[in-house]
Amino acid sequence: MKITRKEVEHVANLARLNLTEEELIRMTGQLDSILSYVAKLDELDTTDVVPTTHVFSINNAFREDEMQESLPRDEALLNAPRDNGESFVVPKII
Amino acid sequence: MNPFELTIGQARTELDNGNISSRELTISCLDRIKSVDKDICSFISVTEGEALKQADAADKQIAAGTTDPLCGIPFSMKDLLCTKGVKTTCGSKILENFVPPYDATVVEKLKNQGAVIVGKVAMDEFAMGSTSENCAFNVPRNPWKNGYVAGGSSGGSASSVAAMECLGSLGSDTGGSIRQPASLCGVVGMKPTYGRVSRYGLVAFASSLDQVGPLTRDVTDSAMMMNGIAGYDKRDSTSVKQALPDFTASLTKGLAGMKIGIPKEYFGEGLDGEVAEVVENGIQILRDSGAETVEVSLPHTDYCVAVYYLIASAEASSNLARYDGAVYGYRDQNAESLADMYRETRSKGFGDEVKRRILIGTYALSSGYYDAYYKKASQVRTLILNDFRKAYESCDLLISPVTPTPAWKYGAHAGDPLALYLSDILTISANLAGIPGISVPGGFSSAGLPIGIQLQGPHFREDTLLKAAFNLELGTGLANKCPEI
Repeated sequence: MKITRKEVEHVANLARLNLTEEELIRMTGQLDSILSYVAKLDELDTTDVVPTTHVFSINNAFREDEMQESLPRDEALLNAPRDNGESFVVPKII
Repeated sequence: MNPFELTIGQARTELDNGNISSRELTISCLDRIKSVDKDICSFISVTEGEALKQADAADKQIAAGTTDPLCGIPFSMKDLLCTKGVKTTCGSKILENFVPPYDATVVEKLKNQGAVIVGKVAMDEFAMGSTSENCAFNVPRNPWKNGYVAGGSSGGSASSVAAMECLGSLGSDTGGSIRQPASLCGVVGMKPTYGRVSRYGLVAFASSLDQVGPLTRDVTDSAMMMNGIAGYDKRDSTSVKQALPDFTASLTKGLAGMKIGIPKEYFGEGLDGEVAEVVENGIQILRDSGAETVEVSLPHTDYCVAVYYLIASAEASSNLARYDGAVYGYRDQNAESLADMYRETRSKGFGDEVKRRILIGTYALSSGYYDAYYKKASQVRTLILNDFRKAYESCDLLISPVTPTPAWKYGAHAGDPLALYLSDILTISANLAGIPGISVPGGFSSAGLPIGIQLQGPHFREDTLLKAAFNLELGTGLANKCPEI
């Protein structure tokens, strides 16, 4: 086993996903077969190989610090699942 | 001939000569959508009113003598390209009612050139999938054969172009999502070099792999659309400042002096006999056009699926963290705490495949596993990139199949995600290496399903790709070949 039910539960918690019992069983099986497959990478010796996270090495892309128009509040709120006309409303945090 | 049957290039001539108006052309496509889309199911949204306004504006620009080649041409957009004021769902329940307040750069560019957008087309949820069956709404059908998938994730882009519901479409390609459906639906699909086209307003799946590109009915149209969308964008810091050629200038007959590499690993086990035959025929066409061929090796090909599903999923798990129900998209309104709101929203809003990739990606990035999975995959990515660099020392581009088989039936891989992942083996490495690739129709299987041929080039050599693709198309005679519907 590459991954256990307990680890899937842990990862689902990190990802803020609730899995039903059925999903948990199915995902554990599927993730196990996927992780068993990707283990083939261990066949390769990658000591001293520099990882590629980005094909072109663009360093920081800076721009002038200029005032620009921002999204007007009423437009920003158009997609709000709940709002009070001024801000987004979410369940009480504190 | 119905106006909707025209290629972009042909429509340009007809519009400029005054033989047809953009309004007539647009109505022709909208009528076509009305008559065939109940069966083909390409569209999530049809934007008839907006399209007619854009067409009327285009007609004025044409009358005033505009030289914009895409002015007045009707297009569809994959539903993960943000369109101001028009619903952009990403094929997901979580964005079912999301209406972007801005246009993606590529959409803005097309609009500024007078293009007409007839609607937004179906796709696998968040572009994760190879058949478009992961769309939360409608699943597009292969216009060539009932019961067969259109491919994915840009399935609706490919089906809408092949079914002549529009003249061209923009899709996105993270592991083959433009080239694969293009191949399965018998159209031309171009994945540009990473950074060639702005990703601003393209809803992110895997940011180091995603790239926007055109799906069209011939190679000329592909070059015309590339001219319309390519270029540096200050709003996408990964877009590259690179000289832009006129891509249509590459469309000339004859390939004397060009060296085509045949990567032996792409012709291995699992390759369908009819697909191999079509690609062999394509190789012969390129030789007859004057190109030389040489065998090359990409020794790490067998590892690309593993690398891809770790890197793409890791990036996806991070990108999709933003869907929390707080400021846009679906929210489970019954949740009493913020934490529950996140969990309930994400659990109800995301589909199965998206959850699976988020779990794989979160696992690969999590404490204790990062080195074994994400870092290891990123190192092997370097080896894959080096394979291509080495191959291009002895050739100008590579020819290969796009997919190991022609289109398959719906549900063929149900319950076995890994089997479906493996079908992407021939397209994935271009994204890992950031190189451009194009799928060009090559022929048909005995069952009447299209089979594409893939060409891959070095970074920023879309011009070479288009030149070879153009000659390939001259040889196959399959330009603008569409099914009877």
